Amino acid sequence: MSDATTAPDSGHGDSGHHEDHSKHYIKIWGILLVLLVASIIGPELGHPTVTLITAFGIAFVKAYLVIKHFMHLTVEKRYIGFLMLTMLAFMLVFVAGVAPDVMKHEGQRWTNDAAKAAVEKGLKAHPPHHAGEPADQKAHEQH
Amino acid sequence: MSMARPIATTRSATGISTGKLAVWWLIASEIVIFGGVLGSYVMHRLGHPEWADQAANTNTWAGAFNTLVLLTSSLAAVLAHNAAEMKDGKKAAKFLWLTILGALVFLVVKSWEWSTEIHHGFTITSHTFWSFYYTAAGIHGLHVIIGAIIMAVIAVDAAKGKDLQRVEAVGLYWHFVDIVWIFLFPLLYIAK
Repeated sequence: MSDATTAPDSGHGDSGHHEDHSKHYIKIWGILLVLLVASIIGPELGHPTVTLITAFGIAFVKAYLVIKHFMHLTVEKRYIGFLMLTMLAFMLVFVAGVAPDVMKHEGQRWTNDAAKAAVEKGLKAHPPHHAGEPADQKAHEQH
Repeated sequence: MSMARPIATTRSATGISTGKLAVWWLIASEIVIFGGVLGSYVMHRLGHPEWADQAANTNTWAGAFNTLVLLTSSLAAVLAHNAAEMKDGKKAAKFLWLTILGALVFLVVKSWEWSTEIHHGFTITSHTFWSFYYTAAGIHGLHVIIGAIIMAVIAVDAAKGKDLQRVEAVGLYWHFVDIVWIFLFPLLYIAK
């Protein structure tokens, strides 16, 4: 095998020179923990927009920090990033194709009676509780 | 170069060692697997508001604690990679064992959580929400178990200073498992 096809695995694309990045990784971990606390406290406030931002928005930020700083994707060969984006695109195509059938229970020429009945029965038996209100065990008892 | 070692271990025809490239391909396939499960779950939750009543029974604090555990184990995994970059195999192995400890703590909490839920009658067949819950968390838990086993094998070699490039490869896999949980946590434990 030639040298051109054999390379030590640098991990950062900077073969030969390796510094200790421990402090940087610990700092990122600290930020991740702060974001975790925010994602737990935010939904407790009971405001839908705050819940959406703190629970789900922060999840994307946390994932980005792990991908960038722990997986080093941003300094990896560019085609790896494209590979990941391609897979995410496949996922979105799947969701876009299936979503109308799953999320809607009726259309212009069709209706999903079973799904509509399940929603109505569920909401009638257990009206939506307010955020922060403790859950009861009635759902289980019914089953 | 020794002919006894597999070429794939150090070959780098694409600019990335073949072993690491294989892990990236594995992660690519995992994105579709977990993306399919989570995408289906999100669509169902949006189409079935009555599921909130079932979701209200998951233990947020257990989920939050396990998030803390996985984030910390990811730190240990990247510190293992950092040590491997500096050719310190023993230190890399030490951090890999810490990562495995995180995996074990995660699994213990999950086992307790599932036992409690099953004891209360929330089984995989009791409601479609719980079917998604056990399926998504179960597949994820299986990845945690597999990751811990692979890391143990690599840690033993790393302690001898052997094949240190594998430390980064298994770390990539572990960070992905962490990212999946980062999304599972709000979907299964916060959205109520």
